[in-house]
Amino acid sequence: MKWRNLALLPLFAVIVLVQVLCSATDSIYYLTQLTMSAYYSLLIIGLCVLMGYAGQISMGHAGFFAIGGYLSAALTTRSLVAFQDHTLVRLLHAAGCLSAGQDIYGEPMLVVTPWAACVIAVLTAAVVALLLGIPVLKLKGHYLAMATLGFGIIIYRIVLASSYFGEADGISGVPGFTLLPGLSVNGEFSSRVENYYIAWGVLLLGMLLLRNLINSRAGRALRAIHGSIEAADAVGVDTARFKVYTFVLSAVFAALAGVLLTHYNGGIGPSEAGIMKSVRYVAIVAVGGMANLWGALIMGVVLNFLSLRGLFGSYDDAVFGLILILIMLFAPGGILTLRLGGLWERLRPKAKSGKEGAS
Amino acid sequence: MALLRLMQLGKRFGGLQAVNDVGFSLRQGVIKAVIGPNGAGKTTLFNLISGALAPTSGEIRFQGKTIQGLKPYRIAALGIARTFQNIKMFAGMTALENVMVGRHVQSGAGFVASMLRTPRSRREEVAIREKALELLDFLGIADCADIEATSLSFGQQRAVELARALALEPKLLLLDEPAAGLNIYETAEVGRLIARIRDLGVTILLVEHDMSLVMDISEEIVVLSFGEKIAEGLPAEIQNNPEVIKVYLGE
Repeated sequence: MKWRNLALLPLFAVIVLVQVLCSATDSIYYLTQLTMSAYYSLLIIGLCVLMGYAGQISMGHAGFFAIGGYLSAALTTRSLVAFQDHTLVRLLHAAGCLSAGQDIYGEPMLVVTPWAACVIAVLTAAVVALLLGIPVLKLKGHYLAMATLGFGIIIYRIVLASSYFGEADGISGVPGFTLLPGLSVNGEFSSRVENYYIAWGVLLLGMLLLRNLINSRAGRALRAIHGSIEAADAVGVDTARFKVYTFVLSAVFAALAGVLLTHYNGGIGPSEAGIMKSVRYVAIVAVGGMANLWGALIMGVVLNFLSLRGLFGSYDDAVFGLILILIMLFAPGGILTLRLGGLWERLRPKAKSGKEGAS
Repeated sequence: MALLRLMQLGKRFGGLQAVNDVGFSLRQGVIKAVIGPNGAGKTTLFNLISGALAPTSGEIRFQGKTIQGLKPYRIAALGIARTFQNIKMFAGMTALENVMVGRHVQSGAGFVASMLRTPRSRREEVAIREKALELLDFLGIADCADIEATSLSFGQQRAVELARALALEPKLLLLDEPAAGLNIYETAEVGRLIARIRDLGVTILLVEHDMSLVMDISEEIVVLSFGEKIAEGLPAEIQNNPEVIKVYLGE
């Protein structure tokens, strides 16, 4: 039990192997899509805990991704020079959260530093998730799906309508995010390998935290909510509170993914906030097998990678819709169970008859 | 002092008075049964005590404190555990994990401590697991620990549910038809088990249809009919009560 997290080691080996192979075969461009896939997968494993383990659907997670991405993009690019006498801006300045510079025309610029922007963006997503979650998580099934869908639509229309968020153009020219001295999230060609490892490092860390959660007191409580809300209540689980906490946690994962991917891409556009993105994330969690973090991670990386490589062409969203239909029809337990299906059937009766023989 | 005291308790669902002016009390350390024909309001009464439903009138006192209207998880935290008439397992979790959830109130690791696996949460985790294994052992299903709970037999699931309720270390245990669906041997076994649980110092209130079990193990009996209490007393008294006989057998 102590070494449970050693299961992450083979994944680490694969990550290194892929990088070495890509570098050796001069196909380092694959690392770009793998980096982006890792960030999307960060959102997806968070959503997996909410949907698969706690049993609460969200059709609006692209909204939290967009809150993270858009806020960090806007805060690090929109100059606050015009507001520099405002108390809030002064406070930020005094706290060292602002950096001064010049724009391309030589005009003075005053923007929020990436670290401060990241904290503000993720906290905002958490607060929004809390305020949204308290009322809507009282709903179940279709009703919860519709309420979260409504939230997703609101965020999409806000970023599309607001000039602060760049309307249909989105925000570009987002600077790099220096996590630690010498370790920067940016889209520069020279730091492609570095960024690949940053993204996968963050994803592995996220995976580690969520795996710990699932096999702990809090994780068992939220899985119990999925199993039977009355029985969870009856053993003293504050089901409403645990549902909201899980919702906030998954929103934080989504927002962080949005922040990091936006710095990596150097910008963000309204399609990241779109409903089809939320549907895609739900589809990937379903393909991965719902209550299966590994399935969510693997499918998150594979399907996003294929999509980003343009394999599905203009039919991208159609393919994800089709995947959702096929999975619901033929492999409601996720695609990993489909492949192992035959093997399971052969192993299962043996194990069972062995038990009966013993008793 | 009575551990549990119901006073003029009532619950109305629209035009139906499911529980009407019911009052009785439960002394510490006894096994008390609530019996009555189908639709008498027995399960509703349990849902009122456990907080799953709020009463429309009356009062419930547990250890002298008023508890009606509290959320179920708060009532559980006070030390009232329950089982369900139609077993409610946590699907997708093993028998052991099901019982471990029962330790929720007795432990405290939150989201952050759980994710970071702090030393304190690890120690707590070990204690939770030990206690849960101990309870599975007490109920004779230790070898089912790692099997998914919903794939166990009916009788084993009842035992897991009982272990989960006991994991709470309740002062009062509400058992909703613990012998439903069991054969006579299993029913006798459940009866012995309930007596053993009482011997641990847990007060038990049970709803049951199986008269042999009720007469066998309970020290006191309350009879409900159409939501009203029609009799209360010792098993021998209840068996000879003309009102009760009329309700059960007709005139």
